[in-house]
Amino acid sequence: MTSTITGRSPLWVPDDGHESSPTATPTPVEAAVPAVIRLQDVSLYYGDFRAVNGITFDVPTHQITSIIGPSGSGKSTLLRSINRMNDLISGTRVEGKIMYHDEDLYASYVDPVEVRRRIGMVFQKPNPFPKSIYDNVAFGPRLNGFKGDLDGLVEASLRRAAIWNEVKDKLKQSGLSLSGGQQQRLCIARAIATDPEVILMDEPCSALDPRATLQIEQLMAEIKERYTIVIVTHNMQQAARASDKTIFLNMADDHAGYVVEQGPTVQIFTDPKQQLTEDYVSGRFG
Amino acid sequence: MTTPSVTIGANDRSVRRVGVDVGGLVFAGALLFALLFSLAILAVLIWSQLAQALPVFAERGVDFLTSDLSSNPANAGVAQGLIGTALLVLIVALAAFPIGIMTAIYLEEYSGDNAFARFVDINIRNLAGVPSVVYGILGLTVFVALFASVGDGNGKTVISGGLTLAVLILPLVIITSAEAIRAVPDSLREAGFGLGASRWQVVRGLILPAAAPGILTGMVLSLSRAIGETAPLILVGAVLGSFSTGGSLEDLLTGPFTALPTIIFDWARKPQQEFQALTSAAIIVLLVVTVVTNAFAILLRNRYDRSW
Repeated sequence: MTSTITGRSPLWVPDDGHESSPTATPTPVEAAVPAVIRLQDVSLYYGDFRAVNGITFDVPTHQITSIIGPSGSGKSTLLRSINRMNDLISGTRVEGKIMYHDEDLYASYVDPVEVRRRIGMVFQKPNPFPKSIYDNVAFGPRLNGFKGDLDGLVEASLRRAAIWNEVKDKLKQSGLSLSGGQQQRLCIARAIATDPEVILMDEPCSALDPRATLQIEQLMAEIKERYTIVIVTHNMQQAARASDKTIFLNMADDHAGYVVEQGPTVQIFTDPKQQLTEDYVSGRFG
Repeated sequence: MTTPSVTIGANDRSVRRVGVDVGGLVFAGALLFALLFSLAILAVLIWSQLAQALPVFAERGVDFLTSDLSSNPANAGVAQGLIGTALLVLIVALAAFPIGIMTAIYLEEYSGDNAFARFVDINIRNLAGVPSVVYGILGLTVFVALFASVGDGNGKTVISGGLTLAVLILPLVIITSAEAIRAVPDSLREAGFGLGASRWQVVRGLILPAAAPGILTGMVLSLSRAIGETAPLILVGAVLGSFSTGGSLEDLLTGPFTALPTIIFDWARKPQQEFQALTSAAIIVLLVVTVVTNAFAILLRNRYDRSW
C-alpha cells in the first residue's frame, strides 16, 4: 500500500482487526519499528492544572512526526517536555515516562543540558542571537568545546539548512539582518550544528510567508535522513504534505489534552478512524 | 452628468479639517514650556557659576588645578581634591561594580521567585532611598574604626571614604543592572537553553553581552552620584581646611584626604570674598569631571550598543 500523497509505503500501519481506542497504542508488531522517543502515559501539570493527560505515542526514527490539534490541546507543552524545556518554568511537573533510547528523560540522574544537546529545538518566532551569522551557528559547538574545523562545521550546517549560498559572503553580518524565512533557516542550521538526533519544531512556519514555508518543508524532507523530526503545527495542510506520522490531540472538557488518534499521515487524513479526527481534518472545528 | 457638490456638514464622510485642536496645541505648548523651564534653570546655574569662575581661570590658569589647599585664597587650588576624587572613583568602581553586578545576575537569573528573593528586592530598593548622611555614619562607625584599629592612623583615609561611597551606590548599581538584565527578551534565553547551554553559558554568552549597554549606563549614573556626594565624606573625615601629605601612593591612601565636593563645601563657608570666586571655580571643575566621566562611559556603552 503506497500513499498517494508521499508516494512511499507508510512504515506504521494500524492493525485493522482491533477497534481503535482514543490512545491508539501501537500493537506489538509495530513496536519493532525503531522509535527514538517513546511517550508512555505522560501527563503534564502546571501547578495543579493538568495540561495533557495520558499521552502515549512513539516517535519513529528518521521520520517526520506531526502533532496537530486545536488551540489549548497542549501540543506545545507536550513538545517542550520532550527536551525538558518546561523545566525552565517553575511549577511544572511530569507524570509518566518519556523514553529516549530506553532511558527515562526525567530520571533523577539525567542532566537536562545533555538532553537538549541531543534533542534540539526550533521555535515559532525565529530567534537568532544578536551575533554574526557565523557566531550563531558556532555557538552550540563552542559550548561543547569543539576543537576541530569550526569553519567547516559552520559551512556544513548552513548547507544542510539550505541557506549557505545566500549567506556565504556575509557570515560576519548580524543574524538579525536576514529576512524571516532566512532567520528561521539560520535557526535550523544553528540547531543542526550541535548534531542532535532529534529536532523538535514548534510551529516553525507560522510566522513565515508561504514561499518560506515551502522552503522549510523541503528542508525538513531533506534532513530527515539524518535526524528525526517532530513538528507541532496548526496548519493541517502542512501536516498532510510534510509528515509521515500524525498525532491528533484534542482538548477534553477538563482542558487537558489527550490523543484522539495517531497513525500514518495518509490514513489520518484520508481514512480516520475517529469521528472527531474526521471533523478536525475536514475543518469542521478547530 | 451633474457634479456632486461637497459642503461641510452636509456630507458626514468628509475628511476636511474642522477647526483647530486647541487642547492639543495647549498641551504641546505646556510640555515645551516645561522643557525650556528645566533647561533655563540649568543654564542659570551654570552661567552664574561660570561668571564668577572665569576670572579665576583667567588669572591663575592651570595653577589653580595644581595648587594645594591653603588659607590664602591667592594660593589655594584644587589639586588635592582632584587626586582625592580620582582615588575615590577608582575605589568605588572596584568595590561596588563587581559585587553589584553579580548580585543583580543572581537575583535575575539564578534565584527563583520566592519570598526570600522578594524580601531582598524590597530591601535593596529601601536602601537606595536612605539619605547619604546615614551612610556617612555607617562609614565612620565601621570603616574608619576598622582601619583605625588595624593600622596606626586614625582611619580617616580615602579608602574609608571610597568604601563608604561604594556601599552608598551599591543599591543603585544592583537596581540598574537588574533592570538591564530583565530587559533582555526571553526568546534569547530560550534559544540558548534550547541548544543545550548551561545557565552560566547563557548568562555569560548571551545575557551579559545583551545587557551590557544598560549595565554600563547604570554604572555611569552611579559614579556620577558618588562623585558629587559630600555629607558621607565629611563624616568619614575628609579634611576641611588644609593639609599636606608625602607624595607616595601609600601616603595618599593612608593619610588624610579630601575631595572636590568637600573643598567646595569648605570654601563656600569661608567669609572672604575671594573664596567665593574660588568656590565657583571649584564647582566648574567638578562639573567638568562629571561630564568627562559620563562621556567616557557613554562612549563605552555605544560601542556595545545593539539594536533589536
